[in-house]
Amino acid sequence: MSARRIFVRPARFSAIAPYIWMLLFFLVPFGFVAKISLSQTAIAQPPYTPVFDLGAGGATLKEAFATLSLDNFRLLVSDNLYVFSYLRSLVVALTATAILLLIGYPIAYGMARLPKPWQAVVMMLVIVPFWTSFLIRIYAWINILQHDGLLNQILLALHLVSQPVVWLSTDTAMYLGIVYSYLPFMILPLYATLAKMEPALEEAASDLGASPLHVFWLVTFPLSLPGVGAGVLLCFIPIVGEFVIPDLLAGSNSLMIGQTLWLEFFTNKDWPVASATAVVLLVLLLAPLLLYERMQRRQLEAR
Amino acid sequence: MARHKISSFNASSLALGFAFLYLPIVILVIYSFNASRLVTVWGGWSLHWYREFFNDSAMIEAAWMSLRVAVTSASIATLLGTFAAVALTRGENFFGRTLFSGMLYAPLVMPEVITGLSLLLLFVALNAERGFWTVTVAHVTLTMCFVCVVVQSRLTSLDKSLEEAAMDLGCDPMRAFIAVTLPLIAPAIAAGWMLAFTLSLDDLVIASFTTGPGSATLPIRIYSEVRLGVKPEINAICTLVIGLIAAVIVVASLASKLSSTQGESAAPA
Repeated sequence: MSARRIFVRPARFSAIAPYIWMLLFFLVPFGFVAKISLSQTAIAQPPYTPVFDLGAGGATLKEAFATLSLDNFRLLVSDNLYVFSYLRSLVVALTATAILLLIGYPIAYGMARLPKPWQAVVMMLVIVPFWTSFLIRIYAWINILQHDGLLNQILLALHLVSQPVVWLSTDTAMYLGIVYSYLPFMILPLYATLAKMEPALEEAASDLGASPLHVFWLVTFPLSLPGVGAGVLLCFIPIVGEFVIPDLLAGSNSLMIGQTLWLEFFTNKDWPVASATAVVLLVLLLAPLLLYERMQRRQLEAR
Repeated sequence: MARHKISSFNASSLALGFAFLYLPIVILVIYSFNASRLVTVWGGWSLHWYREFFNDSAMIEAAWMSLRVAVTSASIATLLGTFAAVALTRGENFFGRTLFSGMLYAPLVMPEVITGLSLLLLFVALNAERGFWTVTVAHVTLTMCFVCVVVQSRLTSLDKSLEEAAMDLGCDPMRAFIAVTLPLIAPAIAAGWMLAFTLSLDDLVIASFTTGPGSATLPIRIYSEVRLGVKPEINAICTLVIGLIAAVIVVASLASKLSSTQGESAAPA
């Protein structure tokens, strides 16, 4: 007991450095985003008028508050471009997450039912593509999907189509890219819960007369819900803000919110509007983010 | 009978799943050795596009910048992430613990456009010169969270009584940690470094926001080339990156195997 109490102290001190780092480089920057989302666009470097100058003292602070503006947020609500890209992001994320769950579940289930020594190998096989670059994997698909790419060559050779199909710059390509990139994120948490599940439970249900479908729906699926929740959040949240995949694979006539933010920032150089976009995106994602954090905490800090 | 049926369903879903995961990468690698200028026409095996890459000084410069950022940021992130994991698993309750763990878990799923934009605004406010260090700091912030989670899950699964035994035998907590715990979590720390390294090497969005003019990373250069269309040279670069990452995985897993056997032999002593 006493040894344990002594041990606690230095362990606690090891929080200091990462704590300061995360406060400074994760939390504080959100303050700047909030601040700049309330300022006016200016043609300058950096391209916004400062909202308040902390060194300036009380009198100017009051003055500065008067110049705070909600214009950027008003723009976001009134301009269809922004409303549509928020909606599109949510629709794409929901659809893609549903597809991921449908594809990922059988794979995770198959993995969990393999003989134990194989499971480690297969697990490694799922993780390895996750280590290879995101961008490279999207690029690999561009190779395959382009006008005279491999897919069209195969389809033409098999006489399934008479002329090359347009794959790139379509929603199909985008969904393919998203599912491809995020599949390991869906499989791993599902596999973790399914592997822990006692196979005897399924056997008991089927011995008692349940059809395979019933066994799945009444026993397996409910027991795997924690994994389903983790996989869904792990995919849904980042997909909502995804930039690279829709930018490279989808058409340019409707944008996801990550692309809109990118466009405002890099092309239009409108930092205040980009910041306001980020604030709204963050607010939209707050509920799933908090849910995800609670789950992480429960899983990693279970004692 | 029924069991046999299920397992063939399982086998085919696994086979299809892995074909889906690996085929595009395999195709990319094969086409990087294509002699033809046309990406889609097979012109025989050749290293032409690799030579092209090694003569492309802008691309080489970007690759060098990315490697430096990845090694530096992965090392700092591993240090900080391990500290954070130790504090979260062994520090019991300390002031602001919920905020601390919240800040560490959020970046794992936070859309990169938000993280990138917010860090850039911070750097602009601090008047920091944008380039190597701003990208490195940004990558440390993202990747230390991954290191923390990897090390944390290893620490949680460790038997605490090993440390307590060492302390009962007269080790002070620091020594007990270094002699007993550290060797046991070394594989997780190595895995954390690897993950941080590859995430940094891979990152496009955060680097685009936080870098300055004239210091593009490899993904930024690849991205701008890809936007113009498929080029065989990019296939060669991608293959080199995949090869590098594969090498890192192999070396790190060998190293972690070595250190974990050392740890086991050191533990009873």
